[in-house]
Amino acid sequence: MPIHEKSLIRPENLITHEELVIDEVNVSGHWSTFIQPRVVTDYDERLQEEIAALPGGENIHRCWQCGSCTNSCTVNAINPDFNPRYWIYLIRLGMKEELVRDKEIIWQCVSCNKCTYACPRDVNPEGVMKATARWLELKGYTEKKPSAIFDEEFSAQVFAKGRIEEGRLLQRFFARTRQKLLQDWLVELARRLFSRLPLMLMMKLGWASLFHPRTRGWRKARAAIADYVAECEAMERQVLGLNGKGPSS
Amino acid sequence: MTNRPVAYYPGCALEGTGHAYHRSTKELANALGLGLVELENWNCCGAMEVKNIDPKLQTYLSARNLAISEKMGFETVMAPCNGCYHNLKKAEYDLTHDKTSQEVVERLSKKAGHAAYRAGSVRTLHVLEWLKEAIGEEGLKARVKNSLKGLKVANYYGCMYTRPRHIFPEKDKGPGSESTSKPHFMDDLLAAAGAENVEYPLKTACCGGAHTLSDSDTSTKLVLNLLTTAEACGADVIATECPTCHSGLEMHQVRAEKVLGRKTTVKILYFTQLLGMALGLSARKVGVHENISDSRALLKARGLG
Repeated sequence: MPIHEKSLIRPENLITHEELVIDEVNVSGHWSTFIQPRVVTDYDERLQEEIAALPGGENIHRCWQCGSCTNSCTVNAINPDFNPRYWIYLIRLGMKEELVRDKEIIWQCVSCNKCTYACPRDVNPEGVMKATARWLELKGYTEKKPSAIFDEEFSAQVFAKGRIEEGRLLQRFFARTRQKLLQDWLVELARRLFSRLPLMLMMKLGWASLFHPRTRGWRKARAAIADYVAECEAMERQVLGLNGKGPSS
Repeated sequence: MTNRPVAYYPGCALEGTGHAYHRSTKELANALGLGLVELENWNCCGAMEVKNIDPKLQTYLSARNLAISEKMGFETVMAPCNGCYHNLKKAEYDLTHDKTSQEVVERLSKKAGHAAYRAGSVRTLHVLEWLKEAIGEEGLKARVKNSLKGLKVANYYGCMYTRPRHIFPEKDKGPGSESTSKPHFMDDLLAAAGAENVEYPLKTACCGGAHTLSDSDTSTKLVLNLLTTAEACGADVIATECPTCHSGLEMHQVRAEKVLGRKTTVKILYFTQLLGMALGLSARKVGVHENISDSRALLKARGLG
């Protein structure tokens, strides 16, 4: 039977035979495209457990595949390949290889929480997206994505000083993601702003970037947070079966 | 109507890119005779970033701020930033419902040398909720000196003011309460100040704020949609109530113009700036010149500021 919805099948799984006769019926040519037969044997039975062990992924087992998450998703409206319901399905079945195919887009979740709002089963799909992106990174399937670098820089400032300073954050983020700070649109933005910003405010902003705003008496909080972060990291690595010698699959 | 002073939690953004929001909120409170006392020695709420390292750290950061409010003797803490507000509400929810969160916060608070916050002792309000409660539409109407009459406004609330629903138990409680699917507190206040609110279907759509720099193409697309829709709805101005949304709209309006060649002319103002001007404050006093989106000519033409 010809396949009408070819767009739903990956090109490498489509077979067209130039010359093929089955039971005396000639099925050669384009009209009778076949799908590559597939037997899945490499289910990763630990996949769901691993995602559930990462922050945000805890409730993945509750999903009943209604699709409310994908239906309400901000990013899905821009890119139909961004499909939280499908990824949750793959994780629950343990189809790791299929999941890893989308490793370049899963991090793009914008945390708008429309999915969490719509989910009738309290899966917290937003959290699952973050956990999955983190899993891909920890397992070494992807490099650190820009959003993860931003999270790290932001959090490092908060943990160290109790507050953040946007100028420094921007500078560090652009340096670590190897983007030039003087992008056309940023220059234009600065030009528009500084053409009318009074001197006092400019001085204040300059002051803030020289003398980082901080929370007083933060030292003990900083130490407490550092201990906790180390604890969490050790636990994650244990559950994910990482031996402490860096990411591996 | 209650006029008791509240603890004011500005947060990091209001001391940086969202300075105009800080300034206009304080000026507005002043003009309305409402007391604000800044939370002493507050810390960052963790915004949308710390939770990706570990959500319980975000709970701790917000719990510390709530504990300060408790210690200062305030039963209400008010935050103008959606991120700060959301995180305080999230912490309150988690500390009420999740035992592990309680344990982590108690442990970290002890190590950090301060009292752990006890869930239920402090009420978190967004500046919108605070104004509705403390002054209300009628109170505002009585004080309007310079009506926003004829100004067409699209009210934009963003994500964190209403989502996820479960951390806002006081919303969706019928008439008088805020709605999470179609919020209206800002619409109510601006209408009381004379503005003509347009029917804006993207009130709670996302601006891509979490990835405004790390995935700027996505953010530009989302913002451009917000801007062009506001224009199609006939809005002169998009009123905002979140510094991340506000700067996201401003930045990506410029980026859409420079990178995609899509120019939009709708102006972006904090709702506190609009209310301040309606009460007779000057545009400068509410920090209109600090915005990237330059609305001075429009305001002047309408006899505002």
